[in-house]
Amino acid sequence: MVTEKQHIDEALIPILEQVSDPEIPVLSIMDMGVVRSASIKQGIVYVEITPTYSGCPAMDVIGDDIISAMSQAGYKTEVELILHPAWTTDWITPKGREALEKYGIAAPLDAEADKSVLLEGKQLVKCPQCGSKNTKMVSQFGSTACKAQFQCEDCQEPFDYFKCLK
Amino acid sequence: MKENLYKYILGIADNSLILGQRMGELCGHGPSLETDIACTNLSLDLFGQVRSCYQYAAKILGDDRTEDDIAMLRKERDYLNVLLVEQPNRDFAYVIGRQFLFDVYHHLFLTELQKSKDLTLAAIANKSIKEVSYHLRFSSDWVKRLGDGTEESHARMQEAIDGLWTYTDELFHQTEADKEMVAEGIGVDVTKLKETYYNNVAGVLTEATLQVPELKYFQKGGKQGIHTEHLGYLLAELQYMQRAYPNMEW
Ligand SMILES: [Zn+2]
Repeated sequence: MVTEKQHIDEALIPILEQVSDPEIPVLSIMDMGVVRSASIKQGIVYVEITPTYSGCPAMDVIGDDIISAMSQAGYKTEVELILHPAWTTDWITPKGREALEKYGIAAPLDAEADKSVLLEGKQLVKCPQCGSKNTKMVSQFGSTACKAQFQCEDCQEPFDYFKCLK
Repeated sequence: MKENLYKYILGIADNSLILGQRMGELCGHGPSLETDIACTNLSLDLFGQVRSCYQYAAKILGDDRTEDDIAMLRKERDYLNVLLVEQPNRDFAYVIGRQFLFDVYHHLFLTELQKSKDLTLAAIANKSIKEVSYHLRFSSDWVKRLGDGTEESHARMQEAIDGLWTYTDELFHQTEADKEMVAEGIGVDVTKLKETYYNNVAGVLTEATLQVPELKYFQKGGKQGIHTEHLGYLLAELQYMQRAYPNMEW
């Protein structure tokens, strides 16, 4: 069984933290939880990343951005895309969740709450603009595959909700 | 073994590729902005899933054919998808009906494929099923909304289910590659999914106030590369870029 724990060389963390998710620029790929391992072997950096969604077009860009950030720090890098263990929204760090909310995207709820929000129309998602929970789902699919569209019934602002993936 | 594994992977991937292309056709043509975005998001998920499959298939071939060659440059007879997924977007009820009838199967299939002895296939299944759960929710929801909606939407949803029903039985046919892969502990025995499939489908249709069709004769052939007339047109559009501008990458 593959362990779900990340193995990341401490020296590489500051470099990886500079690389952001191209679709959510306030979020580093570290906060997103997509970096699964990073190590230096004989002067070459090996990084494993895992996609949030299978079709996520950001993955190629993230791979290129890692290589360029590493080369600025003087490293040659090989990036590999791995599928197992599959990414879950639980891997978004607390700092990452905060950054999402500030950016105007409601952070994912736990799996149970997510289901009752998307299927039964329960009002549990907090509007990232005004904090009200008086919100409604407009569509299960939003601006990207990982988000659903919501609208706040108090301030009327539309916003994205990052769907729970487990 | 290698040949069968390759064919087995193509069977899985081609279903999602062709269905993904059909859903992608709705880009800018969906009945409303939200459904348009939803359909193209489904399409994107499916394309993402097949990309992992075709990369794996290319690795198995071990020659200079790439994932793009396998996905884009085969002839019609070499595509192994079921007939269901190539059926055209006649109207939104057909789009939803086709998606629903496939999603119920897809979810059951991936649940089992996660147990495959082949770790790459198990990982692809484990990744894909999370996305497919959302697809299944979306299509089931719409079957109910249209079925239990207005007189017009009910009639059209029923017509779509009736029209597509003849393609459902093929989902549970085993090819030679299937049988071999099941014996190896790699593949899923689709014959065992059939009963649950029809029960689950009937559950949603009943909730949607729709009739479960009764049919004795079913269409087949896709798994052997013998397709309906619709696939050729679909492939012409799918392959256009790759043939007009060779060596483009995904
Ligand atoms: Zn608000």
